[in-house]
Amino acid sequence: MIPATFEYVRARSVREAISLLQQHGGRAKLLAGGHSLLPLMKLRLSQPEMLIDLGPVDELRGIREEGGSLVIGALTTHDEVANSPLVRERVPLLAECASQIGDVQVRNRGTIGGNLAHADPAADYPAAVLALEAQMECEGPAGIRTVPASQWFVDLLTTALGPDEVLCRLRVPVQTLGQGWSYTKLPHPASGYSLLGVACLVTVDGGVCRDARVAVTGAGPKAVRLAKVEQALVGGRLDEAAVAEAARLASDGLEATDDLYASAEYKRHLAVVYTKRALLRAVERARG
Amino acid sequence: MAVTQVFGARVRRREDPRLIRGTATYTDDVTLPGLCYAAFVRSPHAHARILRVDTSRARSAPGVLGVFTAQDLEGKVNSIPCGWQVPNCDLKTPPHPPLARDKVRFVGDAVAVVVAESRAQAYDAAELVEVDYEVLPAVVDTEAALQSATLVHDDVPQNRVLLWSVKGGDFEAAAREPGVRVVRQRLVNQRLIPNAMETRAATAQYNPGTGELTLWVTSQNPHIARVILSGVLSFPEHKLRVIAPEVGGGFGSKIPVYPEEAVVAHLATRLARPVKWAETRRENYLSTIHGRDHITDAEIAVRPDGTVVGLRVRTLANFGAYLSTAAPAIPTILYGLVLSGPYRIPNIDCEVTGVFTNTTPTDAYRGAGRPEATYVLERMMDLAARELGMDPAEIRRRNLIPKDQFPYTVATGITYDSGDYARALDRALEILDYPKVRAEQAAARQQGRYLGIGLSTYVEICGAGPSKVVGATGFAGGLWESAVVRFSPTGKVTVFTGTSPHGQGEETTFAQIVSQELGVPLDDVEVLHGDTDSILMGWGTYGSRTTPVGGTAVYLAAQKVKEKAQRIAAHQLEVSVDDLVFENGRFHVRGAPDRGMTIQEVALQAYLAWNLPEGMEPGLEGQANWDPSNFVFPFGTHACVVEVDPETGQVRILRYVAVDDCGRVINPLIVDGQVHGGIVQGVAQALWEAARYDPAGNLLTGSMADYAVPKASWLPHLECDRTETPTPVNPLGVKGVGETGTIAATPCVVNAVMDALSPLGIRHLDMPLWPERVWQAIRQAKGGAA
Repeated sequence: MIPATFEYVRARSVREAISLLQQHGGRAKLLAGGHSLLPLMKLRLSQPEMLIDLGPVDELRGIREEGGSLVIGALTTHDEVANSPLVRERVPLLAECASQIGDVQVRNRGTIGGNLAHADPAADYPAAVLALEAQMECEGPAGIRTVPASQWFVDLLTTALGPDEVLCRLRVPVQTLGQGWSYTKLPHPASGYSLLGVACLVTVDGGVCRDARVAVTGAGPKAVRLAKVEQALVGGRLDEAAVAEAARLASDGLEATDDLYASAEYKRHLAVVYTKRALLRAVERARG
Repeated sequence: MAVTQVFGARVRRREDPRLIRGTATYTDDVTLPGLCYAAFVRSPHAHARILRVDTSRARSAPGVLGVFTAQDLEGKVNSIPCGWQVPNCDLKTPPHPPLARDKVRFVGDAVAVVVAESRAQAYDAAELVEVDYEVLPAVVDTEAALQSATLVHDDVPQNRVLLWSVKGGDFEAAAREPGVRVVRQRLVNQRLIPNAMETRAATAQYNPGTGELTLWVTSQNPHIARVILSGVLSFPEHKLRVIAPEVGGGFGSKIPVYPEEAVVAHLATRLARPVKWAETRRENYLSTIHGRDHITDAEIAVRPDGTVVGLRVRTLANFGAYLSTAAPAIPTILYGLVLSGPYRIPNIDCEVTGVFTNTTPTDAYRGAGRPEATYVLERMMDLAARELGMDPAEIRRRNLIPKDQFPYTVATGITYDSGDYARALDRALEILDYPKVRAEQAAARQQGRYLGIGLSTYVEICGAGPSKVVGATGFAGGLWESAVVRFSPTGKVTVFTGTSPHGQGEETTFAQIVSQELGVPLDDVEVLHGDTDSILMGWGTYGSRTTPVGGTAVYLAAQKVKEKAQRIAAHQLEVSVDDLVFENGRFHVRGAPDRGMTIQEVALQAYLAWNLPEGMEPGLEGQANWDPSNFVFPFGTHACVVEVDPETGQVRILRYVAVDDCGRVINPLIVDGQVHGGIVQGVAQALWEAARYDPAGNLLTGSMADYAVPKASWLPHLECDRTETPTPVNPLGVKGVGETGTIAATPCVVNAVMDALSPLGIRHLDMPLWPERVWQAIRQAKGGAA
């Protein structure tokens, strides 16, 4: 729990962070809230030679509304996301998800950008950003590019972020009237991560489901959308039986890994149960 | 009335402001000029032969002052001894080298130590020590250990540490009695990690001028550490001072003397510089002792009317790789002798086999043997009730020792001092509103909801204890306590105790005892502990003994002060001693309240010594050593209501009721705190905590991200109440309370969950009751459909 020696640099701008990344290649790591990186460093599982602290970079902060989306700076803490009136009003799914991350201390330090860049397979945000179809805005030597959430999570702890890129902000489409939402999770009793978590967003019009987006985190190496569940829901009425029927498909083809606390079999079962529970809550909210 | 009753008052803990505000001084906070830092190189293998240790790269790393291996300590730091050699059990005590010599025996076993100018440099250099291992097959599984071709210690055949038994009556005969039914169950009491908030640490300083060696160490018993370390280091005891400064919890894990503190103390003399070592949390999980780890086959013999006539227990206990300081007593004396619990069970037959495995050594963990025994007994009581179709409260009531039977000697040979067990049971059922929750349970079942009600009726044997008795059990020490109560000339009081509280609050409770007895303001009493230089002797804080044994010593020392003060007052007031009344801290002449002296005025006179009775020595101080005639026996009933989510297997505790009897209560606030903490730790074993190894002996639960320490929000409000049955064993009438919650809570919760699942025909599930385990059982019971 004593990290190996490393250099520490405070970046003053995104450009400076990028140029430091370019100079030091894979030997440098960006530091935001540090709540994923520092534990790994303390166990010496990660031994970067340099930490580039993004703390002073003000352009990575702030939440604002712009063209039908919320723009959320990468350094926004989980607590800020959970309690921001703007997020709670415009993207309540994201606020609900943030409020369930870790504990108070973690939420006060951990950031949305750090969380998404680290891509822990059991992190909570990935399910929410997949369901919300958020866009990740990254800046690199060649300029700014936008990656949709669906392409962001590549594999275990691996994202589409380039080695000399900085994840700067998220663009999250605001939820609309008639949309119901829910993030529901079973936390791991030790880590607080999701043993299994389900985010969903359903659009109901005249009692009929017009759109459904369901994403699950915690089961396998990365968070995924549950396309079969979504297809089963769209066009139908969302009564309890229909929801339960659709939720059964949650485990269909779902990649799940065994771990000490829960087997793959159990996680697949939880995916069904939590998909049902999340959807029922969302439908209830859609009804207002 | 002006009298303030301090004894029995909810006084806030005086320890807390400094603990909460971060102004307390722990071992790792001790800073000394020239301090350097140690880091241990630990084995990554559970079992391996050490072929070669190359320290050359580490030696030349920045800041490194020295790198030492077993060879370097040869003849300097001796084997770590076992302090409780239980007799008549063929106990094997293989050597425990401070650094592994030829073999490593568990992941985390220390192989070398690096000392450097900074802590970071020491840890960096430790990574440069190259050790060539020949990896050997590891013995990890408790049951496989006896049959394994692999031996953890070459001279311990079958890996068998001990074979211990206790018998009272004749179980076989009782089981053959017509109509008696024998209910059997295998019960696993899983391994736990103690998780004291402060990890272990040691800071040592050698003064070459005086030849004195001072060791600050995270110990629950610094005097014992001094005795053992003087032997381990071949260092004269009077030149060795051991200080346990602030200690951040122990739960038993800071009772043992460990290799690291001996090595650090030695290095301070060797390098002639102060050396500090502070464990990381990862090291704490690997190399600080673990607790529990039993597999038990139990049989309970019961008549159709619910009368329990016998209990037979066969237990396999995992000792890990080495014998820790108190380890042999935990699954034997502190377990087998306790198996009768609060019941009249005429026939008890207990046999315990201890095994070595390539895992972290085990030793005392909060309750130490007694939670394991209570778990066996309370699960078996429930299973017997179920077999007979009897209410679990009823079967308990039928077997409780009646209150007019004390002192009562149980089949295992122990004599209980006092108790009113039925009263505690009744009170718990009353608070719970037992008939009402049973009705709610029945209604919930109609709706497909699984509510369960659990009971646990317990007695704890604690407050060790009579030195003669513990000596006969192989403990290499006494278990009496000493205390000094000293007035200063200005009328302030300093109390020295040989116990070593580390979170239990006795700085406050002992001050209350003295304030009550001497009539001085609470704030005028200072309580000091944890320093071998400050008091004659002390056997430490563990086993719920601090207040019943250490507190009694304080009380007796205060009596001596009062007696001497009364003689001085009588002399100065020119009356006879018997003519004085002591009230509110003041002596006055009976019938003439104006003629008197406060005890502070007497203290000043004692120090001035201008006018003392003929032959009296100056000063005002009392010293007492108290060796109790028996243990003390707190008891109670815990009850809880749980709900199981049949879809996921999750268990939620809806209510938790605890009625405990720890005799007279000095500070209800502190007693509540001890009970709360104990309950949470006990519930945690039932539902969340488990140390797990892979087949190669790697600790899978190696961090707090894998090992679930309970959070306050997971428990409901704890409904605590008490009955008060003073013990006749000590003049304060007090019993211990530090472990009762842990002892009672574990079976209480498991019983409730099994009660919830009973409509499905589920009899027993082993702990921890993780959701998946419960879900799998439900699924199986429902015929495979999820």
